[in-house]
Parts: sequence; C-alpha cells; structure tokens
Amino acid sequence: MEAMTGTGAAVTPAVELVAITKRFPGVIANRDVHLRVMPGEVHAVVGENGAGKSTLMKILYGMQQPDEGAILVDGTEQRFRSPKDAIDVGIGMVHQHFMLADNLTVLENVVLGSEPAKGFALDFQSARSDIVSLGERYGLVVDPDVLVEELAVGERQRVEILKVLYRGARILILDEPTAVLVPQEVDELFENLRGLKSEGVTIIFISHKLDEVLTIADQITVMRGGRTVATVAPEEVDAHRLAELMVGSELPTPEIRESTVTDVVELDVDGLTVVNDEGRRVLDDVSFSIRRGEVLGIAGVEGNGQRELVDALVGILRVSEGRVRLGDEDVTNRPTAQIRQLGVGLIPEDRHRQGLLLPSPLWENAMLGHQFGSPFMNGVWVDRAGARRRTREIIERFGVKAPGPDIPAVALSGGNQQKLVVGREMIAQPQVLIAAQPTRGIDVGAQAAVWEQIRVARAAGMAILLISADLEELIGLSDSLKVILRGRLVATLDPRSVTPEELGGYMTGVRSQEADA
Amino acid sequence: MRWRTVALRALAPITAVVFALLVASVALVLVDRNPLTAFVEMAKFAATLKSFISIMNRAYPLYISAIAVAIGFKMGLFNIGVEGQYLFASLLAAWVAASIALPGPLHVLVVLLVAIVVGSAWSGIAGVLKVTRGVHEVISTIMLNFIAFGLVSWLLANFLRQENQPGDLIIKTAEIPASGRFPSLNPLLAAIGLEPPRGSTWQGFLVVAVLLGIGYYLLVWRTRFGYELRASGINPGAARAAGVDPNAMVVKTMLLSGAFAGLVAIGPLLGFFNRYTLDFPRQLGFIGIGIALLGRNHPVGMFLGAVLWGFMDRSAQILDLNDIPREIVQIMQGVIVLAVVIAYEVVTRFVEREQVRAAAAATAIEAEQQEAEEARTS
Repeated sequence: MEAMTGTGAAVTPAVELVAITKRFPGVIANRDVHLRVMPGEVHAVVGENGAGKSTLMKILYGMQQPDEGAILVDGTEQRFRSPKDAIDVGIGMVHQHFMLADNLTVLENVVLGSEPAKGFALDFQSARSDIVSLGERYGLVVDPDVLVEELAVGERQRVEILKVLYRGARILILDEPTAVLVPQEVDELFENLRGLKSEGVTIIFISHKLDEVLTIADQITVMRGGRTVATVAPEEVDAHRLAELMVGSELPTPEIRESTVTDVVELDVDGLTVVNDEGRRVLDDVSFSIRRGEVLGIAGVEGNGQRELVDALVGILRVSEGRVRLGDEDVTNRPTAQIRQLGVGLIPEDRHRQGLLLPSPLWENAMLGHQFGSPFMNGVWVDRAGARRRTREIIERFGVKAPGPDIPAVALSGGNQQKLVVGREMIAQPQVLIAAQPTRGIDVGAQAAVWEQIRVARAAGMAILLISADLEELIGLSDSLKVILRGRLVATLDPRSVTPEELGGYMTGVRSQEADA
Repeated sequence: MRWRTVALRALAPITAVVFALLVASVALVLVDRNPLTAFVEMAKFAATLKSFISIMNRAYPLYISAIAVAIGFKMGLFNIGVEGQYLFASLLAAWVAASIALPGPLHVLVVLLVAIVVGSAWSGIAGVLKVTRGVHEVISTIMLNFIAFGLVSWLLANFLRQENQPGDLIIKTAEIPASGRFPSLNPLLAAIGLEPPRGSTWQGFLVVAVLLGIGYYLLVWRTRFGYELRASGINPGAARAAGVDPNAMVVKTMLLSGAFAGLVAIGPLLGFFNRYTLDFPRQLGFIGIGIALLGRNHPVGMFLGAVLWGFMDRSAQILDLNDIPREIVQIMQGVIVLAVVIAYEVVTRFVEREQVRAAAAATAIEAEQQEAEEARTS
C-alpha cells in the first residue's frame, strides 16, 4: 500500500477495508485488499476484468462475506450478512444493469421495497414530497409521475441513484456507471456526482475508463490480480501511467520458441459486421486471418464485442455484412452444426453458460458439440461405450481430476470442468479452435496445463483464435496480437515488443493506431 | 454407489405415497371413519382379476399422456395442451375410423396415423407460435385446449355425428366397424387358463403403450436427437453452441409431444367405446402432467405412477359401498403429486452433495498441492 495523500489522518474514513481476502474454489478473488475512502470524496476503483473489483464491491455491499479482513464504516467494524445490513449503515449500490420496473412510474420505482405506509395504505403523498426534495437537494431532477419506460438511459440511472438515496444511503457504490451512457449523459452524471459530493455523499466509482476516472475522482485505487496495487491522486498520474498500473509494470516476455506459422490460411474473416436488435454495430468491419499453426490473440476490455465475435464466427449470431471463410469454404451465416462439423472447436468464455451440461454425466458433456459422429455415434444410436472411452481418454490426457465418466459435471471443480472442455475440443483436432477466456476462474496449475495444451495444438498445426482478458496469457501464447475496442479491431501489435503502456492505452481507448500513424 | 442412488431416488415417491396415506387418514378420522378399514377394503377390492384388468385399462392411456408431457419437460417445455390434443385427435380418428372401409390391420393403422397427425399438428401450433411470435407455450397450449374443446363439440354436433334413431338423445359419431377395432387381450387370459370375468375387456392397446414407452426411452436417451433435446432442456446456451438450433428444437419437440398426445385415448376408442360420444373420457391430459412429475419423466417411473393412479381410481369404487367418502382418493392423488415434487428436490440436493464430496475427495491431493504452491509464491 502506498501512503494516502492529501487527507489528514485525523478524519475517520467513511469506509475502510482492511486486509480483505476472499477465496473461491480454485481461485483467490481478493487477497489482502486495503481501501480507504474518505467522507465526501469520489473514490475510483480501477482494474482490468478479473482484477477483483466486483468481488470487493460485493463484499462491501454484503452480497458476499470475506474470508479474512475487516470492514469499517465510519470507524466502526461491521459484519454484513446481506445487502440489507449494508443498507442499514448507509451503503447503497447502483448496479450497472438497472433494476427498474418499466411499467411503473418513477415514484413507484423509488419506493418499491420500502413503501411508506399510513395504516394499510401507501402514503404516496409524503413519498412524492420526499423524492422531490431529495432531487432538489442533490440536483437529480426527474418527474416522479412519468413512467420509467419513457425515460432515457441517463434518466433511468438518476432514478436508480434516487432509489438508493431514498433508502438513506450516504455512501454510494456505482458499478461501471458510464458503460451504458452516451458522452453527454456521462457529463450530466458527473455533474450529478459533484452535486452529491457537495452534499457530503461519499462515492465509490468502479470503472476501467481511465479518462473518466481522471476527470471525476479525488482518489484512485488500482487493483490488479486480486490485490490493491496503488492509491493515487489524479493530479499525480496520467492515463498512461494508470494503464501501466492496471496491467502491471512488467509484461511477461514471451518465451523464445520456434514459429510454427505456415502460410495456409485456415480462418479468414473479412469486414465482419454484426448489427444488434437496437441497430447498434456491435461488431464493426472486423477483418483478420489465422494461418495453420498460428495463435492470434485478441486483447480488449470485456464487453467490447468479444462475445459477439465468437458467436458470429460459430453461426449463433447473424452476420449483417462481411464474410467468414473456413479454408476454402464460405461459412458465413451457416448453421452452427455445420460450422462445427467442418472443424471449428469452441472453448466458450463462460463454461457454465455455453460449455457444459452441469447435471449430466461427464461422457454426455464430452460429446457436446461433437455429437455428430464417431466416437459418440454408432449409426443413429448414441455409442455409450465409445463416449465413455473417449471421456476416459480426455480425463487421462488432460489431467482432469475425476473419479470416472459417469459422475455429473457439477461435481467437478471449476479448473477440472475447464480442463474437460479444453480436452474435448483439443482431442477432436479441429482445424480452427476458438478459445475464449480459456483459463478464466481456474487455479494456477490448471492454467499452466491449458496453456501447454494450446502450445502443443499450435505446434501440431491448429489455427487458434485466443480471446482473453489475461495479458500474460495473450503475450505468452500469441503469434500476433490485435486489440478490440467498441466492436472494432483498433490495433495490431507484436507480442514480442509490445509495452504495457501501449497495450493498456489501446484497450482503454487512450491511444489509437490511426492517431499514431 | 449407483444402486444407492437409485434406491435414494425411489425413496422420494415412496415417501410421498406414505405421506398421502397419512393425510388421507387424518381426513378420514376427522369425518369419523376408520382409515385402516378404508385402506384394507381398497386393497382387497383391487386384488381381483376384474380389478386388475380395470386398473390396466385405466393406467395405459395415462401412461401415454404422461410420456407426451415428459417429452416436453425433457427439453424444458410445458405442454399443458395434451388434453385438447388428444380429444381433438380422438374425435377425428373416430370419424375417419367409421368412415373408411379397409382390411383389418390397415384400417387400424390409418386411424393411428390420423390421431398422430392431428395431435401433432394441434401441438405444433404452440411450437410455431413460440418461435415466431414468442408466445409462451403454457399460455398457447391452455388457449388451444379451450379452442379444441369448443371445436370438438361444434364439429361433433354439426358435422361428424351420426343421425340419431328416434328416442336416442346421445350425440355420437357412427360406430367403428370391426376391422377398425383393436383386439383385446382376453384370449391371452384364456390361454393361461384364466377365465376373463364377464363384461371385462382387457384392452390390447396396453401393448402399444408399452411399446411407446420403450420407443420414448430409445428416442430420448439413445439417439442424437434425444441427446440434443435433453441438452436443450438442461442448458439452451450450451446446446446452441454445440450446434442445436433452438427454434427447430422447440417445434420438433412440440410436434413429437403432440404425436404421443394424439394416441392417448385411441385404445379406449378402438377397444371399448368404438365411437366418440360427448361423454368420452376427459382429464387424461391433465392427469398425465401429474404422472410425469411423479415418474420423473422416466419410462419405468411413469408406468408405475400410471398404475398407481389406475389402482386408486379403481379401488375408490368400493369406498361408497362402505359408506366412506371416495373423494378421499382425490385428496391422496393431489397430496402425492405435491409431496413428490418436494421429496425429489430434497433427494436431488442430497445426491448432488454426495457426488460433489466424492469428486472433491478424488481431487483433494491436487488442492493440497495448490495450497502448497500458493504458500510458496506469496
């Protein structure tokens, strides 16, 4: 921990987290985390995905309990068993995804869950005047009688903040509040935050947009790898320095190894564009190609189109423009089953959402995505013996710790579940492997095993698209590196010479290759 | 381990039945009757050949109905519309059966096909509505039930009925000729030396129901289609990434569920009633939902559940004669379905915990190594 700057030691911090540690099976989400937030300040917590920000906030809001460490609010130690306990001492959370009922009015939404009662009736009159006066005091102007569905996104956010204030919060946690806002709404939000601050409200602001953080925050705490690595004042740093703190001052040097890249293009993506239901271009003119024996890494802060890219490549999402070619075959908008049978393996970013049938036995999980033929099928019938044999092979070759092919996937630890998914895709020897966050949420040992498998597959000639938030992984495995930001590939970098500052800069949009050129 | 799990799972329905007996006993005591007498009378009454035939005849249509519901359940769809599907299918099948003249087996086969197509089409509407308009299948199948009830009455009364003889007030389709009827199992009884009780017909469609059960098992557990269907039910996102088109799967499942539903009452139609009348058996589709829950969508479990239902329905008949309210059986049936859902949940959690523990034991060494690693690096 670096020393606090500015604020005197005489003032009791509004919130203090001391040596918080939180373990999940196979991972340590927070280790020895310290955070001091002074009353009336805007304190930003920045860090990459998986740095432990959200776990920390969940602990502070009582959604999760720390394994070690203490939470002090106004100098008194607190133990939160649920968010209700946190609300009781004046902590409120504004979630990234709004939790509002569209078909109710602002007033109804704000009081929902803590309705003022007069006898058996709802006392809307006093609630309305409370909300109006709250709004005036903090400069959060919203008409209490309008339906939420008629509000713009920025206004909805104001309602969320009002909701929290109405419950008596003096310490606000804002989880990536600008992620959903357009630039001028961001300005309005910051105006509101300044208003709240001047009324003595303490704000904890989670973000990875460095320019915004530098604009609004009084103090910035940087998290990396589950630890708090620094607390700095915005005057002391610039975006570059902050980006460097976020990704670590030293990037791993990729091990020297023989290039296995050939000139046979296995996957060729040209001008890929996906427009979502709201008409937004979630993928915008994405082009790249991967050759046999090549690992192409895609770096980027989560939510910048990575998921859409994977879904479009395997035929889950409809491609609006552009094409995807697999070898000589144009597979744009072909059904997923066809694309997978043509030799595309997929390690999905979220194994629980897209990769596993948790209550089903391992052998049924081993055939998921490969249920089209041998060794899982024998004519029209499922070949149970073949599937079990293949599963045992995966268990052995990929070091899955499991008693046998008949236990359900839910019984395995996260790392072993992931090894099963990786093994099932690798053992089928696809031409192209899409590996999205292949080592997320698994322990160090399992991580090393997965990395080794990717290296072996690359050497054997597989073309691999590696999408990851883990820079060590990207740099250690990729032959070339591209950065994705707001659905576009904004930079092409050489993993052997890239600096953390560069990478962080491109990922957060501080730098752009067009501007550099 | 495996047998233990099976035993544990069997414990759930047994507990539910015992609990239902207890509740029924309390109800009986409250109305001043001896529960023991009631249960003994029921058991005694059921233990005759005539009752056995009656129980089987009641059970197999429910079994088919439960399979139809279970197919939907297996992929996460709730087909409440089996009721409408089978009534509609039965009416049209009865009409076709009485309208055509074909040699024996062929006649029956055509009737079965009609029932399958009608049930499938009616259920398919719900599937298409779901994938094209996002209408939840619970809502659409309930609505389709009402439409089917109305349509059946209207078609029967206006178009498909037989002209009544003077003095005959029952609205019905024409009688199905002998070539369109399904043979009974009474000769089988005679062959093993048992005299079929007078007035009792052991309906032969039971054989078809058992074959349907086997077919259901093979299709859902042993084919790729069945695997994809179950995968979609367990985790739609994973199934999709694995190449299962979710929309196509919804429509296929509803069509298949409806195909089974169409056959629910074909046995009684071709083996007992020989025509569709306004008092054709109802409720089979709804009871099927309960039996699918009771049998956990398993082909054997549902069969046992259907037989249990048949037994309770049959043995209830003796209660009135002993001045015991027969509604007690309905109480038991309701309690069983409710209790079994809870009991299964409890057992499932227990089994899951055990499995996690077993897998954890297998990986304990790895965890220790990791701890050591952690200690070394930090």
